[in-house]
Amino acid sequence: MKRSGRGTSARWLTIYAVAYMVFLYAPVVLLPLFAFNDATVVAFPLSGFTTDWFAALWRTEALVDAVRNSLVVAVAAAVLATTLGASAARAAARYRFPGKGPVMGFIMLPLVLPEIIVAVALLVPIMQLGLSLSLWTVIAGHVLICIPFSIAILSSAFQGLDISLEEASLDLEESRWGTFRRVTLPLVMPGVISSLLICFTISLDEFMIAFFLTGTEVTLPVYIWSQLRFPTKLPSIMALGTLLLALSIVLLVVAEWLRRRAARRQGIEASAIGGLM
Amino acid sequence: MAAGTGNSIIEIAGVTRDFGSFQALKGISADIREGEFFSLLGPSGCGKTTLLRLIAGFDEPTSGTIAIDGRPMADIPANRRPTNMVFQSYAIFPHLDVAENVGYGLKTRRMPRAQIAAEVEKALEMVDLADYGRRAAHELSGGQRQRVALARALVMRPKVVLLDEPLSALDKKLREQMQVELRELQQSIGITFILVTHDQEEALIMSDRIAVMFEGRIAQLASPEELYRHPRTKRVASFIGVMNFLPATFVSRDAAGVTVDVTALGRVTIPPALVPAPLDSATIDTVGVRPEMFTILSDRVEPAERATPGTVTGNSYYGDMTYYTVQLDGGAAPITISMRNTAGRSVLPSGSRVSVGWGAESIVLFE
Ligand SMILES: Nc1ncnc2c1ncn2[C@@H]1O[C@H](COP(=O)(O)OP(=O)(O)O)[C@@H](O)[C@H]1O
Ligand SMILES: [Mg+2]
Repeated sequence: MKRSGRGTSARWLTIYAVAYMVFLYAPVVLLPLFAFNDATVVAFPLSGFTTDWFAALWRTEALVDAVRNSLVVAVAAAVLATTLGASAARAAARYRFPGKGPVMGFIMLPLVLPEIIVAVALLVPIMQLGLSLSLWTVIAGHVLICIPFSIAILSSAFQGLDISLEEASLDLEESRWGTFRRVTLPLVMPGVISSLLICFTISLDEFMIAFFLTGTEVTLPVYIWSQLRFPTKLPSIMALGTLLLALSIVLLVVAEWLRRRAARRQGIEASAIGGLM
Repeated sequence: MAAGTGNSIIEIAGVTRDFGSFQALKGISADIREGEFFSLLGPSGCGKTTLLRLIAGFDEPTSGTIAIDGRPMADIPANRRPTNMVFQSYAIFPHLDVAENVGYGLKTRRMPRAQIAAEVEKALEMVDLADYGRRAAHELSGGQRQRVALARALVMRPKVVLLDEPLSALDKKLREQMQVELRELQQSIGITFILVTHDQEEALIMSDRIAVMFEGRIAQLASPEELYRHPRTKRVASFIGVMNFLPATFVSRDAAGVTVDVTALGRVTIPPALVPAPLDSATIDTVGVRPEMFTILSDRVEPAERATPGTVTGNSYYGDMTYYTVQLDGGAAPITISMRNTAGRSVLPSGSRVSVGWGAESIVLFE
């Protein structure tokens, strides 16, 4: 009885897992499928292979602008979020201070808040202060939502760092800044790169905050959203989506590869120095 | 065992260190002489590492002062002190190879690269790692990591090398070998070494002088021989080697020395030279005798100043030595006696009646 019961639940678990994967990833597979389909309507059956939709992307000036805006925002957000995240992660790992728990919890809050709430919450004070919306406001918003990820990745990197390594450097007459540059930074570098790439990826495809906080310059997701109103543009959007998908996968793979390579070089267990995968 | 020039290189005066309400150091004063091998010995948690870190400059005393080479260290950070540390964990930089680790401090000093390479090579030779320069840190064994950490400190030519339990992570054989090597190295280069250890044997073997610490205080500061022969307190006596304690009562003190009545041994007079000056003789309640200071007298009658009868109650055979427990007639607790297993001397079984020889010179008085 018992054994057959367990067999049944194992089978249901398998079915559930497969269904879950299909629902999650099937739409993603459709993206490249229609991006190369030689038809303006997005529907089966497929009618032929073409790369026209990709070629069309380069000729759309508004799109190129959106890509440039997105890159500026993503790079700035990644660098700022990682710098701030590293400081917070180091403080959390090294020092005990009053109110540490609540402060860290507060910083991590955007991780669980719906983005629309973050977006509206940011929009109100910006309006009240009379600041104009621009790429800077988008960057600020993205930094806010990226920091928790950066801290999550970097805390384990800083926790795995032996304090006596920094002391040894000071003992060998190096300054605090020199110690950071020659010992601390190289040792947490895999975490830093991991954080940069992940923040970059998060910022690149973030829609809600970008939509609320942007002025006249739009980022890529906002541009894509605006184009969805025109059915004839749909295959182009599919092509664009395919490119973004490929870029995201490449970035994440590179992040993980760098992290593991660094870990191997130092002879440390890969899991010990942090990363999301 | 000649130790340096006799000039002080480090002067520690009234140093305390509080961690919140807990006082880890409760007033430490000591002078460490130039060129000596100095050990801080004590059980885990007595404050040895805390004191070493104050000397290195990783931490500040709550009160008191530390001077190195005549200069007060109060406002001088770790990176400007003439000390270098060998950490308990060795703290080898994992992202650098052996040569880069050893040359780290020279690079800080902006020494030309060729000169760094030459210095590093010399330092690695000194610690028997001549061909290991290009090895990655994680390819080293525990003993090799310890040597790299030592080379990294020595290459800086510090006035003082600080070592925090550098051998505790090594296995017994290697540890004993490194004790001898480290001692020889220190003597050949003549730099002051301060060693932290909880291993009394290690401290005795390696040091010119030892400060025995308990609970944030120095209980006794003396040479290994002085510590072993004339421990000032019962606690020091039992921390260093084995000591038999026998209850005693004070009888008189005069030009001949201090006379006491010792349980089982009888009335003894300790010559004045062996009575520590600050001892308050009226408060003497115990005497101590090391296991090797007793002898079990064989039938062939070895010379002994005094002899006391007793019964063997147990023995442990160690190859070169045998440790006996003997119940002295009229004595309270059994005593431990160690005997060298020389030719013709066989192990005595339990129950043997024996005559135990001893002398007044081997008796230590305790208040
Ligand atoms: N940073 C610290 N904060 C609080 N207590 C400490 C700190 N460093 C050491 N202590 C305490 O001080 C005492 C002495 O520690 P330590 O010097 O490391 O001892 P040991 O003789 O084993 O090297 C211990 O009880 C330890 O818990
Ligand atoms: Mg210690």
